[in-house]
Amino acid sequence: MNLTLSLFPLGWQHYLLGGLLVGTGTALLFVLTGRIGGMSTVFSSTWSYVVQRPFFQQARFVDSRNWRLVYAAGLILGAFIWWMGFAGGTNQATAVPVWQLAVGGFFVGYGARLGNGCTSGHGICGLGSMQLPSLMAVLTFMATAFLTANIAARWLA
Amino acid sequence: MSAARMLSTLAAGVLFGFGLSYATMIQPEVVLSFLRFQDFGLMLVMGGAVAVVLIAYKLAPRLMQHPVFDDHFHAHPSAWNRDTAKGAAIFGIGWGLCGVCPGPAIAGLGTGNWDLLWALGGIALGALVQGLRATKP
Repeated sequence: MNLTLSLFPLGWQHYLLGGLLVGTGTALLFVLTGRIGGMSTVFSSTWSYVVQRPFFQQARFVDSRNWRLVYAAGLILGAFIWWMGFAGGTNQATAVPVWQLAVGGFFVGYGARLGNGCTSGHGICGLGSMQLPSLMAVLTFMATAFLTANIAARWLA
Repeated sequence: MSAARMLSTLAAGVLFGFGLSYATMIQPEVVLSFLRFQDFGLMLVMGGAVAVVLIAYKLAPRLMQHPVFDDHFHAHPSAWNRDTAKGAAIFGIGWGLCGVCPGPAIAGLGTGNWDLLWALGGIALGALVQGLRATKP
């Protein structure tokens, strides 16, 4: 069997090109503004607008909350451009059950913030700056994600 | 925030969000098929992104005195400790359950995929609870 087809049944070009674009976005942020653009911090920094607890009022959240929201708005706009230009504005939905999205999302948010990074923070920025702790974090979340996804596929399907 | 920095940040986000969508990472099914070893595309997305960022993080501070619109390059050191280990493990469990991580949860809004609001709401709530329970910064 063709190896490329068995590893990438849907093709590989769009994955690589998309990844290069994601990296270019993160690189552009650094070159133009000097900032490290992980994504999960926006979920803590945005709470700092409304939650007065000292944890959320830390400088690292309050000082970065504005640009992080702009960055997030860019994400939405970029996806919108893809949707209109490349997907013809067709209906996008997922078959993943609502409870899995919500409960999984909760763990994603809690875990990413406790561990100070997600797939983009530890994955792209952390590995991109060759930080060993980020590599350890990536290996850890990949391991638990593989386990969970396979167990869920077997028991919940 | 100056207008130039705001526009730069927006443009960077646009590239990021477009790339995530183009790579179909905003579809939880595609992410889950990677985590179930059915399609290794996510490796190419991660690999491609890391390669570009690696070069930029290495070269930019050598070739430029400072970023175009700021006076210094920032750094964000990560640390390996109990919280990082626990957090990463919990993050992976959630990611394996829903196939949505923070970037795609946000970008998905731009494609009118309202199902992803459940994940986005979950992430926001998880981040809130983490902050409310935190005893150290």
